[in-house]
Amino acid sequence: MSTQSAVSTRHRPSQILARLPYWLLTAILLGLLLLWNILTDADYNVIFNAVVKGVRITVTVSLIAYAGALVLGLILGLARLSTKRVILEAASFYVEIVRGVPMLVILYYIAFVGAPGLVDLINWLGHWINSLGLELLGAPLVDFSVRNMDFTARAVLALVIGYSAFISEIFRAGIESIDPGQMEAARSQGMTHWQAMRYVILPQAIRRVLPPLGNDFIAMLKDSALVSVLGVQDITQMGKVYAASTFRFFETYNVVAFLYLVMTIALSLLVRTMERRMPSGYQR
Amino acid sequence: MATNAEPAGARPASPGQEGIIVLRHVSKHFGELAAVKDANLTVQPGQVLVLIGPSGSGKSTLLRCINLLERPSAGEVWVDGYRMTDPATDINQVRAEIGMVFQQFNLYPHLSVLENVTLAQRVVRGRSRSQAEAIAMRQLEKVGIPEQAHKMPSQLSGGQQQRVAIARALAMDPKIMLFDEPTSALDPEMIAEVLDVMLALAREGMTMVVVTHEMGFARKAADQVVFMDHGQIVETGPPEQIFDHPQQERTKRFLSQILRA
Repeated sequence: MSTQSAVSTRHRPSQILARLPYWLLTAILLGLLLLWNILTDADYNVIFNAVVKGVRITVTVSLIAYAGALVLGLILGLARLSTKRVILEAASFYVEIVRGVPMLVILYYIAFVGAPGLVDLINWLGHWINSLGLELLGAPLVDFSVRNMDFTARAVLALVIGYSAFISEIFRAGIESIDPGQMEAARSQGMTHWQAMRYVILPQAIRRVLPPLGNDFIAMLKDSALVSVLGVQDITQMGKVYAASTFRFFETYNVVAFLYLVMTIALSLLVRTMERRMPSGYQR
Repeated sequence: MATNAEPAGARPASPGQEGIIVLRHVSKHFGELAAVKDANLTVQPGQVLVLIGPSGSGKSTLLRCINLLERPSAGEVWVDGYRMTDPATDINQVRAEIGMVFQQFNLYPHLSVLENVTLAQRVVRGRSRSQAEAIAMRQLEKVGIPEQAHKMPSQLSGGQQQRVAIARALAMDPKIMLFDEPTSALDPEMIAEVLDVMLALAREGMTMVVVTHEMGFARKAADQVVFMDHGQIVETGPPEQIFDHPQQERTKRFLSQILRA
């Protein structure tokens, strides 16, 4: 088929109808229906106003945890490519252990074992440093007395730990996908391993891993619902509380699902656009 | 050296003084496979050495042992007086003096042509952006493609990409240039433009070690031709000797095969 006829058939009405993404149209239609209910129906309106308060926490927890997981994941990903045996084994231990435990269990573990332990450790360190009697201008050098860690922070810490393991694998695969000739070219010019990573390998790898990283953010956004088990007031928790007191499960969880879907579908469309632009990524 | 029977005073104190590139008893194994067996080479400043031989004969591996992209399993490598095989040697510092051109170009695809040529100048040589760009443009002019400076490598033809790779290496002001089958990945009509640049470089007195199947280039540019087979250096000599009066049976067979093709 010549290019011209391909273009003309694409614009024929029957062709346009055949190509429409019906799943998306159906989803949008249902969303609009729910939105209409929220705007006109008093019950839905109350539910929406109760649940939407959780959006801020859901988004904040997801963003902070994702940023942390990105940094830790990159470090772990590089560590798993290290030629130093100790670093490699330590990073592999962390990644394999964390990946093998359900996110919900990590959350409980960090909230009730890890975080209290961390608080104790910091207090002990502070106490120990102070006991050395170091003083600076008359004041104690370090004055640690962390008493507690709130549950939102514990939830974020758990998500960082859980997701850093997955993200490290994305970075590792991304770096490994870069032609070894790139590292050789950079090293042959006298760059150190780290200079080559910084200026040649990582800029290319990061472009390649953007779509899977985007997908992991979506997964994190959804998994952030797990923090509701710690009583963190995210979308899910607000819905849970409202439904438990009013027994309006159907309407409440419709709204909860709607709020998540608005965010996740928008993000996944964004990721797809990104993926589609990838092949020509190096042309300016 | 232990293998040296002559009195100490008769030779330079270190084998590294005998030439700008000195390889002594270099071997490289990949597991069971011996890619290079006990190779000895000496290249004088300004010389062009061309490595020829069937594929899999270890020419590229031997070349890559010079800048230690392959670490020899045994033997010693000296470049510019530095013992490369000494763990205490700052390899990166010596590598900055050795330009390398690869079969697959290995340009940095995320950077423009100009950035490809300036990156190592800035990172390794510590030159300022403007200084690096001025040098880059001079080198791009030398290889004949200054007008492509702001394009991405993927927008260039293979021959142009390889010339950018040569400019990238030259911009570091290397003392030595290594070429690893620089024309093997090129379409036939683009081979000449790359060979011309290499010939010009050879005439300027650049020290070069070239792995190639281009016998015409070897004849024109080489001071020394080295024939390798099965990881061993079989025969070494000026191009007239190797091509017109090969001494070894394996050299004769190889040349008759490629010249018939």
